[in-house]
Amino acid sequence: MAKKIRIPTPLRKLTNNEEIVEVNAATIGAAIVELQTRFPGIKERLTDDNGEVRRFVNVYVNEEDIRFLQNQQTPLKDGDEISIIPAIAGG
Amino acid sequence: MDKNDGFMKALKCRECGREYPLTATHVCEFDFGPLEVVYDYDRIRRALTTARIKSRPQNMWRYRELLPLAGDPTVGFKVGYTPLIKADRLAKRLGIRELWIKNDTVNYPTLSFKDRVVSVALSRARELGFTTVACASTGNLANSVAANAAAAGLRAYVFIPSDLEQGKIVNSLIYGAQVIAIKGHYDEVNRLCAEIAGKFGWAFVNVNMRPYYAEGSKSMGYEIMEQLEWHIPRHTVVCMASGSLLTKIHKSYQEFTKLGLVADVPFRIHGAQATGCSPISSAQKAGLDFFKPVKPNTIAKSLAIGTPADGFYALRTMKQTGGVAEDVSDDEIREGIKLLAEHEGIFAETAGGVTVGVAKKLIASGRIPADDSAVLCVTGNGLKTLDAVVGHAGHPREIKPSLREFESLLATENLTPVTA
Repeated sequence: MAKKIRIPTPLRKLTNNEEIVEVNAATIGAAIVELQTRFPGIKERLTDDNGEVRRFVNVYVNEEDIRFLQNQQTPLKDGDEISIIPAIAGG
Repeated sequence: MDKNDGFMKALKCRECGREYPLTATHVCEFDFGPLEVVYDYDRIRRALTTARIKSRPQNMWRYRELLPLAGDPTVGFKVGYTPLIKADRLAKRLGIRELWIKNDTVNYPTLSFKDRVVSVALSRARELGFTTVACASTGNLANSVAANAAAAGLRAYVFIPSDLEQGKIVNSLIYGAQVIAIKGHYDEVNRLCAEIAGKFGWAFVNVNMRPYYAEGSKSMGYEIMEQLEWHIPRHTVVCMASGSLLTKIHKSYQEFTKLGLVADVPFRIHGAQATGCSPISSAQKAGLDFFKPVKPNTIAKSLAIGTPADGFYALRTMKQTGGVAEDVSDDEIREGIKLLAEHEGIFAETAGGVTVGVAKKLIASGRIPADDSAVLCVTGNGLKTLDAVVGHAGHPREIKPSLREFESLLATENLTPVTA
């Protein structure tokens, strides 16, 4: 149990304003599926028609971008913190 | 439309086209696409003529109808209208017919192009009722937010990577800003800021204020066209960190064309990066539509963004205009700084070295043809990145205050006094 996902502001309408959601999933891909079962509609916000993470969404596990890890196959362990952050910022 | 919105109509998602009210928000709720200001160009066409522009003071607000404020600017009245220098000596050295330097090393007040975006962002922040402003910065932006906030009486929090050049750190502290140094590279600073942006009711200039902020960069393009007597340059070389400046210069050329202020001619916009942080140029050279993030390692710290927010759009802009991207090593960056200094008397920071170094490569390889004309956008001042060139610019030759020592020093250069 207890992998924490921080939900960004644009998605909180879907999570009843919950800022942190806990999941059991063993990978990032599975965590997105688990979110979808609990908060229908959230998956299509995060992934495109091909199931890839949208180009303007960055996902981090313990502060590391999953593109430097194993993308959606990135494994999760208890206590991991996942952040979903809009890519459009900075510069 | 609300007359209190100036010439703005709405914020609109660049991806799906959904519209949003003109508040402090930057991301589409549906697909996370970037929000961009939409203007009423029909009204602007009636209001903005070359005669009207020329009648106004020489600063960036002479194009104010195309900048995203509802009313008059309240921050940064003197920003912009930096010199466009005809760089004949550098042109000859690089082997091109005509070369121009857009010299934002002397932009007011903090000596980088960031004063353009910050004066827009802070003026808009005031319109929206904010009293605290903030930013995630590689240095120049922090300097500009700190200075302009101080002058405007706004409270400022600036977030920077902890390994920045001393000059850039002092240049933020001196204005009394709250400077938060993050142990990590810029992308980590940026991620943190994206997470805290909404929490404290602050105007984060490059997060929740980004749709307004980014528009300020267009003023550099407007000025270039006006200074070229209302022509779009054939080639423009722009350094890329997030890629935003390159896309906004493109937008400025498109807007002036649309408004009939310049002729509709083909032009190319080329992007410049440091090899040690080249996600955009690597993708362009590989023919990809999207970049792969990198971990930066370059002396061009102001360009050290490994996950560039506008990388996708910068790639698209280069593709649309027939431009290309190139990158240069740390040594080539220093060489670029010296070329510009020794031929034109302009001391640029590392990002300017990147732009000059890349221009050299593009001209040498014919990607910018030798018989053509190009503008190089030089965005920041070398006095802020002394660390990068100390020890590489030579050393003064030290002598005693003695005529004999001076003459023997000159003798090594085969110089003799003209009056024996």
